[in-house]
Amino acid sequence: MSDHAGAVKGMIGASVTRREDDRLLTGHGRYLDDLELPGALAAAFLRSTFAHANIRSIDADAARELPGVVAVFTGADLMEIQKPLAPKVTHPQLRDYPRLPMPPSAVHYVGEPIAVVVAESRYLAEDAIELIEVDYDELPAVGSTAAALAPDAPMAHEGDESNVAVRLAQSSGDAEQALRDAPHTLSAEFTVTRGGGHSMECRAVAARFDPATGQLVVWDTTQSPHYARQQLSLIYQMPEDDIRVIAPADVGGGFGPKAQFYGEEVVIPWVARKIGRPVKWVEDRSENFVSAMMERSQTHRVEVGFDDDGRLIAVRDLVEHDQGAYCAGLQVPSITTSTLPGPYRVPNIHVELLACYTNMVPASSVRGAGRPQAVFTMERMLDRIAEHLDLDPAVVRERNLIQPDEFPYEVGITFRDGSPLTYDSGDFPALLSGTLERLDYPALRAEQATLRAEGRLVGIGLACYVEGCGLGPYEGAKTRLTNQGRVLVTLAAAGQGQGYETVYAQIAADALGLDMRYIDVTTGDTSKIPFGQGTFASRITATAGPATYQAAAQLRERLAETAAVLLGCHPAEISFVGDRACLDGDVDKSRTLLELAQVANIGKHGITLPKGVRAGLETSAYFAPERAAYASGAHAAVVEVDPDTGGVTILKYVIGHDCGNVINPRLVDGQVLGGFAHGIGNALYEEAAYDADAQPQAASYLDYSLVSATEVPAVDLFHIQTPSPLNPLGAKGAGEGGTIPAPAAVANAVEDALRPLGARINHAPVTPARVVDAIERAATD
Amino acid sequence: MTDTTATGHLISVTVNGATAQHAVDDRTTLADFLRERLRLTGTHLGCEHGVCGACTVIVDGAAVRSCLMLAVQADGCAVETVEGLAAEGELGPLQRAFRDNYALQCGFCTSGFLMSVTAALREGPVRDEQQARDVLSGNICRCTGYSGLVQAVLDASREADGE
Repeated sequence: MSDHAGAVKGMIGASVTRREDDRLLTGHGRYLDDLELPGALAAAFLRSTFAHANIRSIDADAARELPGVVAVFTGADLMEIQKPLAPKVTHPQLRDYPRLPMPPSAVHYVGEPIAVVVAESRYLAEDAIELIEVDYDELPAVGSTAAALAPDAPMAHEGDESNVAVRLAQSSGDAEQALRDAPHTLSAEFTVTRGGGHSMECRAVAARFDPATGQLVVWDTTQSPHYARQQLSLIYQMPEDDIRVIAPADVGGGFGPKAQFYGEEVVIPWVARKIGRPVKWVEDRSENFVSAMMERSQTHRVEVGFDDDGRLIAVRDLVEHDQGAYCAGLQVPSITTSTLPGPYRVPNIHVELLACYTNMVPASSVRGAGRPQAVFTMERMLDRIAEHLDLDPAVVRERNLIQPDEFPYEVGITFRDGSPLTYDSGDFPALLSGTLERLDYPALRAEQATLRAEGRLVGIGLACYVEGCGLGPYEGAKTRLTNQGRVLVTLAAAGQGQGYETVYAQIAADALGLDMRYIDVTTGDTSKIPFGQGTFASRITATAGPATYQAAAQLRERLAETAAVLLGCHPAEISFVGDRACLDGDVDKSRTLLELAQVANIGKHGITLPKGVRAGLETSAYFAPERAAYASGAHAAVVEVDPDTGGVTILKYVIGHDCGNVINPRLVDGQVLGGFAHGIGNALYEEAAYDADAQPQAASYLDYSLVSATEVPAVDLFHIQTPSPLNPLGAKGAGEGGTIPAPAAVANAVEDALRPLGARINHAPVTPARVVDAIERAATD
Repeated sequence: MTDTTATGHLISVTVNGATAQHAVDDRTTLADFLRERLRLTGTHLGCEHGVCGACTVIVDGAAVRSCLMLAVQADGCAVETVEGLAAEGELGPLQRAFRDNYALQCGFCTSGFLMSVTAALREGPVRDEQQARDVLSGNICRCTGYSGLVQAVLDASREADGE
């Protein structure tokens, strides 16, 4: 499937089979809805059917009287928890509207929760939901950024004077002047449409309050259990130790939306505490379509200036970003603005962001997180430059790429983590040339010319990208020799299928010099490790990875020191054979891990430890990167377009990928190829359409097309490894690179295929209808 | 979950070889019956409108969406779920092929894929990549990009063919 460069050393770099697989293949995974919670009640939410309305009154009497219903709470019944769910990334100029867990008096998007029913079964809870009468005072709604910015636009928030949440600009050099002076300029407008995360498991929350200990236990499919605990601690005004948030060992995909914090996560535990019984809410897909955060809707008005050779002189971009009804954070648009220059030298750049309130589900990260839009804009323009100068698009890219000897490369603008945007390492020309080689590019262009002469519309699209990943502030790991004589690695990070139980055992195995069969990994439980951030932004391998390595290396010292005391030797003479700490590798002069635990952990009541043995074989480490690392890659798509139907067939696809040092090549391949499938969805199929009244128009899989095995082509994938100097493992992130450039590569290929007709592709996804429209427009122009 | 207010029906169902009688409400889906009543939680619900295929089980030899079928419709039927595939405690050939080809990540859709492919392979071998993709196309996976699944189907088919 792919070839990985770089030598394998120890377990790091080995394609180990996953430990998780046996239970998942036999139906013994334990996802949230599978957990046994004796006596648990089921919850269902009543959600707004209007995109913008005031709530005059809610009559829940009939619902309360339905047999089997235990309680009904409207927003007004839970005023004590109606506190704003704060934006994750904010800005002093942001005009923030509070996002309340279950708003009592007004709704701002279809799907916003306004009441919760708790009943003996989900069937009954949903029956009761239908009996609740809401008297709405409907208000005009905003269904797009274009509508939000139109003169006399209705306001997404009643009584406001503007739908602009924040207007921010980033500059380097003088783009204005450079565009005036440039020998050539081109401008265009591109739009990318909303799409969702669509993890196969929807969101879910369950909770149980134990009055005897005062502890609230919350099971949550969140990507960020420690973030959820912190928010609950603030809202409930409970110490964090009294709230235990557990992300189950098996969570059915994340992709960003589960990294956010939602009203349901506040309401369910609180209600469980009020009622005094466990309560479980499992989002169904129809709720997921209207209430899980999504993103991508942006319009870019871009102008580029360049010389006769196609070298970029200046880029200016105005980004209209659909922030949704509330600002869940400015992470997505700020990533967009900093991703725009990509792997290219752009001496003068000016990016302006207009984040707009609309009456749609709040926008937040979905695999790619603002990057696909930026890459779409830049890569489409590079193709336009090539066309304008009659140059090969590959040549234009080659001439603009940052070279391998230019790292660290300062871009001149700021990344979302607040640091100056600086690329740590990479070899962008190698990614592009490797991709072209696998395409057999010159021969392919010749073949394209032949096919064009026969009237066939075949096109080639390239797209290069960088991905800021491995973000701070930190991630941690604890390692401990358990009293059963096994090494336990405890991570705050919660997995959603990435294979943490395997990968972090591999890393710890190398640091310990111990076979990974003696190492267990546990994740995502706030009671087991006090501090953590979460799984998002392709950050965990580059943060929790080094933390695990450091903690495990410290544990090795502790184990060796303990064994050395017991064997009467120097710690440097200790090595592991199986589970035995041996003097000079001699199993006859050794202590098992269990024996070490018996001495240093379990001890004997009242008896002094052997001289030199330190109590408690436990270590912890937190790794805080100085700034984001940069993964990079190049994609190439070869497509054929059917001009009658607008259908696009992908004939060949090549991916060159660089995520630094790879821990488990097979898992990295999986990340890239899975991300690629998501990217193909964004490129050709997925569209969370809303009408002018901000009513969702694609709220089932009959209207919203997820790709199946027949839509995703085979991929020729290769890797290079330029280690990151920012962490001791040299790792970068791999979770999103498959997704980010795919819409750009496909759109470039489709426009290239349509070049004989002069049709323009300015909108992703490139649906058949848009292709046919583009052809018709070109014919009438 | 059991709906205590609706009318009950007595059904006799054979699940993974074991036959038993159960009183079920008329609106209880087969998926909820398997998950909540029998606690066979390996069958997952991904969309509850018959598209994603995560809830696929085999009923009298045919792959069906258990979210779209009522439990009462399974009266007198033989139902196979993912829990029946490794009955001996060892992974079956298809499960091994999934593991060896990294055909799963989060695992939520996996049971449905296993049951769909199990039913398909009983109808005959899968000879090439395109046929494998057709067999897989009734189920959605958001994690893997399908390449491991395609290879797993081809490998399992070859093994079943005795190659």
